[in-house]
Amino acid sequence: MAGPRHISVSETSRPVLPRHAKLKYDETRKVWVILAPERVLAPDEIAVEVLQLCDGERNVGDVSDQLAAKYTAPREAILADVIVMLQDLADKGFLTEAREKTS
Amino acid sequence: MSDVLGNPVVPPDASDSLAVLEKQRSTAETFGIPLAVLLEITHRCPLQCPYCSNPVELDRSGKELSTEEWKKVLSELAEIGVLQVHFSGGEPTARKDLVELVKHASDVGLYTNLITSAVLLTRERLSELADAGLCHVQISFQGVEEGLADRVAGYRGGHHKKLEVAKWTRELDLPLTVNAVMHRQNLHHLPDIIQMSVDLDADRLEVANVQYYGWALKNRAALMPTVAQLDECTRIVEEARERLKGRLTIDYVVPDYYALRPKKCMGGWGRQFFNISPAGKVLPCHAAESITGLDFESVRSNHSIAWIWQNSDAFNRYRGTGWMKEPCKTCEFREIDFGGCRCQAFALTGDAANTDPACALSPLHETIFKQAEREAEGETNRFLYRNFAGGTLESGNDA
Repeated sequence: MAGPRHISVSETSRPVLPRHAKLKYDETRKVWVILAPERVLAPDEIAVEVLQLCDGERNVGDVSDQLAAKYTAPREAILADVIVMLQDLADKGFLTEAREKTS
Repeated sequence: MSDVLGNPVVPPDASDSLAVLEKQRSTAETFGIPLAVLLEITHRCPLQCPYCSNPVELDRSGKELSTEEWKKVLSELAEIGVLQVHFSGGEPTARKDLVELVKHASDVGLYTNLITSAVLLTRERLSELADAGLCHVQISFQGVEEGLADRVAGYRGGHHKKLEVAKWTRELDLPLTVNAVMHRQNLHHLPDIIQMSVDLDADRLEVANVQYYGWALKNRAALMPTVAQLDECTRIVEEARERLKGRLTIDYVVPDYYALRPKKCMGGWGRQFFNISPAGKVLPCHAAESITGLDFESVRSNHSIAWIWQNSDAFNRYRGTGWMKEPCKTCEFREIDFGGCRCQAFALTGDAANTDPACALSPLHETIFKQAEREAEGETNRFLYRNFAGGTLESGNDA
């Protein structure tokens, strides 16, 4: 069985980076990076913005709402892009689903 | 320890919003500080694997950097822009101060990876490491079948313990990489090793064929796979990669003796990698000390690590292409593979500036390929175990 790490991203997902993937601003190279086992990924500006919004509270729909408002762009197009980007990250093993609140 | 740090990772793709940073960096002659550094904090190890990547001449514990010296190194690495450190060895958990070092690395913002044989770990210590901020655990396996695995490691009960530690790793929610070092005597177990990695809920599997330097070179006749074995290995890896997509990432390192083109060892000498030895030497590769005639600067010297990386003679000696002789010098692939591996060139030809004999353009390629083929078909299965005494021959086998 696949673990909770291997997720399928949808509008209602509440994704977060798992503890082994760390988003960080690299002061030396002046770029954002995702640190992961044996990998340093260089997310583009949009990916960074999306990931900063993925706090485990917001779902993918909320994230898309916020970006649509900020860029005055069609929400459906944004949503589709966000899902593709996050699913790519999930497929690489660098995205997890926030745990359900138990209380 | 495998050579994965020097290997290509995900290929760059213009449409990929998550491109791998190494691939985006300019290939111009500016040698920015590496993203990741290998710290071989000790050469002590309870295992005696005959293919150990440590030098044949090991650093004794009295020469090891102190806790304070390693902490200073970690702070300096973070300051100059290193992002990840791999705690390796020897067996890093043989250092009593490992938790303290991991904590310090996390405090200064480094991403930490533990490369371990696992046999010395308790659940409590692993938990302390996780609390100290450890980000990832890589456990080496010598096989899947207890008898063979323990024989290769020269350590009874080792395999069982590794399985236990792998389970604890996942229970503590740490990502796990299984590092499987492959050779003639265990390649037939590859499908089971892949299944074991899935069962252990590993994220990554490194199928690392032995690279023949140092200890492994001494054991080449007992380890070299046949061409047929290797072809089968490649087929199995390709099938598993497809089948386990999204579930288990498989990195694959082939033995270069059977290749036509040499590997871009360490991403090219002094281009994107360095390691620090137990005694504090800053090295372009973990086997570099096998090349005689090179002086390696230490973190105990008056020089900063950044200075050593940029300016020391050892790092500049084989950097770029200016040092090359023919056939490398005018070769169209010289900026692609940088002439292969300097340590292998030195070990097999006596001159590190020669073309790596793994390259088909080396005048020695044919001879070495044939020799490997002969050894692979041979009956010598007896190991020379790795230890501080210069090695001990296995008793019983081939007798």
